[in-house]
Amino acid sequence: MKRHLLSAADLTRDDAELVLETAAELRSLADRPIKKLPALRGRTVVNLFFEDSTRTRISFEAAAKRLSADVINFAAKGSSVSKGESLKDTALTLEAMGADAVVIRHGASGAPHRLANSGWVRSSVVNAGDGTHEHPTQALLDAFTLWRHLGEERKGGLEGRRVAIVGDILHSRVARSNALLLKTLGVDVTLVGPPTLLPVGVESWGVETSYDLDAVIPKVDAVMMLRVQRERMQGGFFPTPREYSRRYGLDGRRMATLQDHTIVMHPGPMVRGMEITADVADSDRSVIVEQVTNGVAVRMAVLYLLLGGSESESTE
Amino acid sequence: MPAAPLAPEGRTVLDARDIGRALTRISHEILERNKGAGDLVLLGIPRRGVPLAHRIASRISTVEDVEVPVGSLDITMYRDDLRLKPARALLPTEIPPGGIDGKVVVLVDDVLFSGRTIRAALDALNDVGRPRAVQLAVLVDRGHRELPIRADFVGKNLPTSLSERVSVRLADLEEDGIDAVSIEAKLEVTE
Repeated sequence: MKRHLLSAADLTRDDAELVLETAAELRSLADRPIKKLPALRGRTVVNLFFEDSTRTRISFEAAAKRLSADVINFAAKGSSVSKGESLKDTALTLEAMGADAVVIRHGASGAPHRLANSGWVRSSVVNAGDGTHEHPTQALLDAFTLWRHLGEERKGGLEGRRVAIVGDILHSRVARSNALLLKTLGVDVTLVGPPTLLPVGVESWGVETSYDLDAVIPKVDAVMMLRVQRERMQGGFFPTPREYSRRYGLDGRRMATLQDHTIVMHPGPMVRGMEITADVADSDRSVIVEQVTNGVAVRMAVLYLLLGGSESESTE
Repeated sequence: MPAAPLAPEGRTVLDARDIGRALTRISHEILERNKGAGDLVLLGIPRRGVPLAHRIASRISTVEDVEVPVGSLDITMYRDDLRLKPARALLPTEIPPGGIDGKVVVLVDDVLFSGRTIRAALDALNDVGRPRAVQLAVLVDRGHRELPIRADFVGKNLPTSLSERVSVRLADLEEDGIDAVSIEAKLEVTE
């Protein structure tokens, strides 16, 4: 693996499968009396969050602590950032404190890349979501969840499985990272959403697109619903929430058209009643809670693979 | 550099039947020492300790008519040289359903060398539970200990030079399906 995890595109198929296999071993840790491993003893992981996040930050914190790393949480609110400090000065501070890894979430697409390649810090940089660009660990945990349900017992893993990613693709870093990673793993991805919420240039992503949810979902092995990110929207992307729900929401009627083994996923936070109805979110097909559990194991795997070994080998 | 290098393919010191006999003897010794298979749990250290643990368990079950729980214990994250090499892939840890608390755990590995693997295994065990006793069974003891650790059950003591490498091949893990222990000239530094 490379020294940083900035984009799902950084991962080769071998890298991605190594993360999934490592996560599979680490997942069993949750069943043990002592949920701790010594691999990152004496290493420091900084969670640098410029944007609000609950589950991702907690998930990274739990992952680092279970590997015995020291964790420093840095939220931009209430820090010097709100007094006008730049990313560079924040980074230099972290470097001076001796951070071995920086987990960064930032509202600006490309901020993790800047941090990793500017020479400001020597630590490994993990992208925990940047603007509307990427969220590679979410893609890895989604791939891990898919793999546990649809690939583990199967020759070729997820090769040839079909996944629909539905909703606000335009603003979704989760969709972009998932499309890249799942393609690497040989999954056939179809992005579904209204034309206004599919990004310009999506044809170059190498995935299928569709405006018609009803035509797509009976054929897929997993449906991944995305939240409509209204906080990133200025202007009308669709007439009314109700019309959006009717065309692109997953409700009981649509769920009935899925194949028996098809699972329903959501990266969270969900808006029940908008992109997914409560009966679907709470149904047997829904693996939404499991996604959160898997998130810790996958982030442990990423931190272990980035920080657990020697540094000299990391060639960029 | 060694004065008289061995051929790279090495010299076979134990063939399949030797290995079989050694494991049968170890199985009997384990039963003798523990007066039966009552509280036993066998934990193999991946990779090659795991099939060895299963073979010992099946021998014990033919002698005593008891199913001994078998598991595996990965020690990767407990190694003292973790930081010296690129991050390694993890190997499976499977603790049998009954757990190890209050049990007699027999760790099983293929070669006992520096003792560092076993030190790591003892640390790993500590995070899994509290066995009543821990014993160690190895197929080959090649000497050169760097820590105060010894085996309770040894298939074969094999005096070696540090410039040699002991290679254990087990049918369950090799494509050719052959059991053999051989001594080879060390071509480069390996674990």
